[in-house]
Parts: sequence; structure tokens; C-alpha cells
Amino acid sequence: MAAVRERLHGWGRTAATAAEVRELAAAELPEAVRTAGPRGALARGLGRSYGDAAQNSGGTVLRLHGPVGDAAAGPVDPVAGCVTVAAGTSLGDLLVAIVPQGWFVQVLPGTRHVTVGGAIASDIHGKNHHVEGSIGNHVLSMRLLLADGSVEDIAPDRRPELFWATIGGMGLTGVVLDATLRLLPIETSRMAVDTDRLPDLDAVFAAMTEGDDRYRYSVAWIDLLAKGAHLGRSVLTRGDHARLEQLPPGSGDPLAYRSRQLVAVPPIVPTPGLLNHATIAAFNELWFRKAPRHREGELVGTGTFFCPLDLVGHWNRLYGRQGMLQYQFVVPFGQEATMRRVIERLVASGTASFLAVLKRFGVANLAPLSFPSPGWTLALDIPAGSHGLGEMLHELDQVVLDAGGRHYFAKDAHTTPAAIRRGYPRLDEWRAVRDGVDPGRVWQSDLARRLDLLERSSEM
Amino acid sequence: MDNALGQPQTIVLLGGTSDIGLAIVRELLSPATRAIVLACRDTSKGERAAGELRSDSVVVEVVPFDAADPSSHAALVEGIGGRYGDIDVVILAAGLLGNADVTTVDVAAATELATVNFTGSVSVTVAAANLLRAQGHGAIVILSSVAGERVRAANPVYGGTKAGLDGFAQGLGDLVAADGVHVLVVRPGFVRSAMTAGLKPAPLSTTPEHVARLTVKGLRAGRRTVWAPGALRYVFSALRHVPAPIWRRLPLG
Repeated sequence: MAAVRERLHGWGRTAATAAEVRELAAAELPEAVRTAGPRGALARGLGRSYGDAAQNSGGTVLRLHGPVGDAAAGPVDPVAGCVTVAAGTSLGDLLVAIVPQGWFVQVLPGTRHVTVGGAIASDIHGKNHHVEGSIGNHVLSMRLLLADGSVEDIAPDRRPELFWATIGGMGLTGVVLDATLRLLPIETSRMAVDTDRLPDLDAVFAAMTEGDDRYRYSVAWIDLLAKGAHLGRSVLTRGDHARLEQLPPGSGDPLAYRSRQLVAVPPIVPTPGLLNHATIAAFNELWFRKAPRHREGELVGTGTFFCPLDLVGHWNRLYGRQGMLQYQFVVPFGQEATMRRVIERLVASGTASFLAVLKRFGVANLAPLSFPSPGWTLALDIPAGSHGLGEMLHELDQVVLDAGGRHYFAKDAHTTPAAIRRGYPRLDEWRAVRDGVDPGRVWQSDLARRLDLLERSSEM
Repeated sequence: MDNALGQPQTIVLLGGTSDIGLAIVRELLSPATRAIVLACRDTSKGERAAGELRSDSVVVEVVPFDAADPSSHAALVEGIGGRYGDIDVVILAAGLLGNADVTTVDVAAATELATVNFTGSVSVTVAAANLLRAQGHGAIVILSSVAGERVRAANPVYGGTKAGLDGFAQGLGDLVAADGVHVLVVRPGFVRSAMTAGLKPAPLSTTPEHVARLTVKGLRAGRRTVWAPGALRYVFSALRHVPAPIWRRLPLG
């Protein structure tokens, strides 16, 4: 269990900090937790959260050796439709194991390269949130290593407060060792997709409001460089897992599955990065025009549908040395005017955003720090060096909060403790549960320090 | 913690009444700012500066700091860390210009200048670096000077202290980088400020605000050195290599 001081950053490649990184097996965890210094410890998965959620400056960062390949997941229970999987396993490795058996994960975000532990800590959502909710809704049970070295088996009906504090708890309640996840039965490894090219924001709101309930998966890719009458023009893709009869005859093994990456971006990219206003504008134009006005039932692979950016390894390097920032928020239904205001402000700022994503969230779960709540969510990438970005994001934060919205911890890299207190009114309830299992503050992170997550707020 | 935009939450200014130091603090102010500590010898002057920085969301504290008393420095820095938690940026702006006519002949005056500008600066920087290395992040801004790039006959003690401080800061920066700590050396030219009041401005003179803008830009870009104005980098890379007989005859004030 060698400890190496390492500089870590999130997927956005901003605000790097140094920590003692320990690569270890699950059996070595209690010892590592016992010997953590005053700045505590934190588990880190694949480092796909955009900001500082998986960093613990000056403290210990735990990297778990997970079983890989076939050993990534236990056997699928075909009756209950569930699988028990080590927390360090990526959803990509899990899919490799379960898709050929006719199962799929209930929630898949925009990348397969997240661990099960990280997915639970962030209570991730996917394109099916409006139907199936976030991943916390599909965790049947999990084993959690607590600060005192003990292991607790928790479930919605076993220590429910701790269970729901861990869902979306950003790794600050303990280390998830493994989890039993409910799976989705599938007949094929293909997706049947309907695509609509929509000319403006009102058309997007209308199409999604009216039609989303007919689809398991739905997401709109917005062109944030389109102005005026084209403001909010989007490509809406919706679909479901293809059924056996939808495959053309002679298409081979219906459950054949492979994950792939076409290319990878090298570690060195010329300053100031390759994604600037001109290249992004050209890309967005091309991508909008290449989409069909309306197409039904197209068959595509799950990778193309769920995780198109996974085809390019290390795509975050395209933003160059200054890195990038992801801004994601949700505003309640009825706040379409607020969403429009935010998009207008982003467009007016000339901030070049590469494929912004608009989606409708369904009902929230019981977790006090879970991000999704009924309403519209927008997520976009912004080069971190953009001029005037700090002022604009602060202004947008206030607009979002005034509308009853909030920001996503797994993406956040800029906001303030005050914004979090407003967006997450159940923060103190979460703190009480957390402090109950970790009074000595073993679990710490840079995100927690920056946003005061561990401090009971008296000044509220 | 700094956010992704390089906006710090806690800022410590050593030399809390320095015009350049305060300009850098103002340039760093953002909605993320939570606490500012002004450490200075003249605390009543520090209080006046604090009044202009204070707001509903920003706590500003003035603490006594004597650069010439290195034995007090570790306790000073640890005390600030104890009260505010992590420190994101430490700006070292404590320094004297000294009267060259006096410091070049008066042993006590030369010693005092060297103690404040070099010995005391090194000791407080080491204390700050210890704290930042332990927390695994943070930045130290060292106000050096072009005067240290090639020390002139016009003010050899001042220039010598800055040359020493500059070299120390660069070496320290390389040492602590692996611990997540960023050291930025700022080399201003002639800055029109309280320190230079009454002196004739040199060519390419600048303002504290301009130095501050370049400093914060350099901090966010992860640079190791910043020249203010930027053109001085090229002027001094030429001046460094001028042969001594010619260097002595140059009208450099």
C-alpha cells in the first residue's frame, strides 16, 4: 500500500491539488482509514467528475483495485434481475459482462468510464431520468465502509437515512465497497432511435413536453451558438432498446457487444487548445445540418447513443492547458422562461459551448443531496479561460437559484457555499446523518472544503 | 479552495498596506472571496485599507506583522491558518526601497533593509510554504523587482535583496510544485506608488493596478514569472548581457 504524493484534478483539468494517493485492495482500507491524517481520506474512482469532487488536497486519496474483466461483476440473478458488483468497477466493464446475457444498467450517463462507487456518490442520471430516475433508485443494497473501519450493509429498508445520505453524498459518508444493482432486461444490444431536428427553443420545449413520455430515453443537443430566430435550435434524439423483431434478419448475435474507442487525444495540445469559438461554431453547424429533419427507428449501437464522446479518448485535453468547466443546473417545470433567459445570456456572451444538452427530469428520489428534481436541466462545457466567465456564471447562478433551481455537485467547479445552501435546503439534514457516522471528519474532499459541505451552518 | 476559474476564497497579504499588494487583492476579489488577512506593521493604516475591502460576504482582518522580526513569522502564519482554514493565496509585498545614499554607507541601515527585504521575506515565505504544502494547494506571489535582475549602482542593497529573494522564490517554486503549491515571481519595473513617491519615474513605468492585472492573469495561467510591464522582460534580457564597462556608463538612474 504505497502512498505517492500526486497532483490530481477532475475531468475539467482545472484547480489541481496534491494528495497522498494510495492504491489498495478493499481489505487494506480499514488500515488506510485508521492512519489518515488530519485532512482525512476520500475514495476516487475514474476521475470523471468535472471539478474537485474526487480530490482531497493534503489528505489521503484511496484508489481501489477493482476486479476487472469477467470478474467485474458477480453472476446476474435472472429472477430478481440484479447483480452485485465491486464499487471500483466501471459501468463500461459491467456492460461488457452483462449485455451478452441480455441485461443493461438502469442508468447510464454520458460516459461509460465511471465507477459504480462514483455513480452512487454522485447519484448520476441518464437520458431516462424522466422515466426511471437516477441510479439511487436502482441500488437494492450496498456495503459501506465507515470511518471507524466497520462495514455496514445498507438498503432503502436497512439504515435508510444512511443509505440515502450515501446516494449523492459525494463519498463523504464512507467508501462504498460493493452494490447490488437492479438491471434492465434487453433483447438486443442495439438502440432504436427517433431523431428530430427542431428549429428553436419553443419547438424543443413543446416536442419534449408532449412526447417524452412515449420514450425511455430522451435528450436534446442544443446549439448554443445559434442566435435570434434560431435560438435554442436542437437535435432531439429519443429511443429505446431495440426489440428482437426490430433487427433486420441475418444481423448475427443480437446481444453482441463491444466497447470501443476510435482515437485518443495526445497529452500535449497546442495552447490555447483546439476548441475555440471558430472550431466549435463550425462543428455545431455541421452537426445540426447532418441531422435529419425527422427520422424514425434508426438502429445504432448503445455506445453511439449513450456515450458518443467515449469514442475519443481524453477528449477533455482538447481544451488545452486552462481546461474547461461544465455548468449544469436544473430549474423546475414552469420555469421555461428562466431557461430561455439563461440560454439567451450564454448565447449573448459568445461563450463557445460544444454540444450543450437539454433534458427533462422526472421525480426526485429521497436522497437529500441528489441533484435531479422535476424540471429542465441544461449541461454545457465552457473553456475555463473564457473572458468574463466568472461574472457570467455568478449571474446565472442567481437566476437559477431565484427560479428554485440548483447545481450538480459532480459537475460544479465554480459556485459558492451560499448557492449550495439555497439549492439544497436539506443540507443540514444530510450533515446530521453524516456527522453521526463520521464525527471525527475522516471523509473530506476539496469539493466539501470549497462548498462548506461539512460545516453546520449557523449563519443560515 | 480556489475554484476552476482561479478565484481564491482566502487571501493573505503580507505587507498589508502595500499599494501593489492591495491592488492584487482587489483584482482577486470575486463572489468566491470569503476572507482577507492584511498583515502589516502599521495596523491603523491597514484598518483603513480593510474598510475598503470589507463587505457582507467578505471578512477582513488586520494583524500586526513585522518583517524584521523573523522569529514571529511561523506563529503568525499558523495563527491565520488556524482561524481561517486553508489559505489559497499568500502575497508577499512587504519591502522597503531604502535611501541608497544611506544604505550604501551606513551599516545599520543596510542591515535593516536586508533584514526586511530578504531575511524576513524568506522566513515568512518558508512559514507560508510549510502551511500550503501541508494543505496540498495554494499560491504564493512574491513581489520581486526588475532591480534584482541586474543590480545597479544606483541602489545596490535594494537590488541585491531583490536578486536574492527572486532566486530563492524560483528555487522554492520548483521544490514545492509537487506539493500542489504554485509560486509566482512578479518583477515590476518602476511603479508609481507610495514607495516611489517623489522619485522621477523611469521609462516603462507602470501602476499598481496594471501590475495587479498581469499578476492575476499570470496566476491563473500557472506562470512562474510575470514582468510588469511585459516589455521589461525583453529590455532586461538584453541589459543582463551588456558588458560591465558599458553597463556602468548607462544612464540608469
